[in-house]
Amino acid sequence: MNLEEIRKLLNADVLTSNIDFGREVLSAEASDLMSDVLSFCCSGALLITGLTNSQAVRIAEVADLCAVVFTRGKRPSEETIQLARERKIPVMATKLSNYEVCGILYSNGLDRTQNQK
Amino acid sequence: MTDEVLFRKVFAIRGGDFKRAGEASVEVRNILKEVGFDPEVIRRVAIASYEAEMNVVMYGVRGKMDVKLKSDGIYLVVEDEGPGIPDVELAMQEGYSTATEEMREMGFGAGMGLPNMKRNSDVFRIRSRMNKGTRVKMVIKKNG
Repeated sequence: MNLEEIRKLLNADVLTSNIDFGREVLSAEASDLMSDVLSFCCSGALLITGLTNSQAVRIAEVADLCAVVFTRGKRPSEETIQLARERKIPVMATKLSNYEVCGILYSNGLDRTQNQK
Repeated sequence: MTDEVLFRKVFAIRGGDFKRAGEASVEVRNILKEVGFDPEVIRRVAIASYEAEMNVVMYGVRGKMDVKLKSDGIYLVVEDEGPGIPDVELAMQEGYSTATEEMREMGFGAGMGLPNMKRNSDVFRIRSRMNKGTRVKMVIKKNG
């Protein structure tokens, strides 16, 4: 499943329009706790979070994640979006909750464990 | 010749500066990428240094991160002037956190910071003195 397919499934808005959404996503992790993401998220995973401050983007960069989906209709600040653009981290926003996003992606074949060591 | 320092950089970290928090770790990650380190080693260094950096930002007044690249791996020393950790053993337990409400709102307080540092490093040493500060030394070997 690639990012563009995920965007369509989640009816999400792309916030970083200059970044390629063709990249393949092999796993995902939903969390609003940043250290949990660093503990349990594998490289290349999609981060699903309701946390919209700039640390979500930093975490994606630090842990080598492929993209961030902001949930519950929350929008990150322009500063956070700018950081994502600079660091080339694809970012999108959906009105769905973490729970709904997980359900939709899981039932469409995105398995959390797929890419785990 | 494992003691030879191939590269060294010291980053200043300001307590409470959430805007720039994490920048030093990202820079370390980018340097290692340029040098051509194994991606998994880079990821371990980035996670360990990020957690240490965030602890200084959240709890310290000021601090620094000393990064040394040697032929056998990456040596990180992160130290701060701050309140210190009253019970290091307790703080090492997964899930234990002293994060304030403000920190939790920013996504911190999982109680995984110190455990994440230990998990991602091959050598982990921590020393803390009350009302003085905390010093963490971590070594991430090139070949795990």
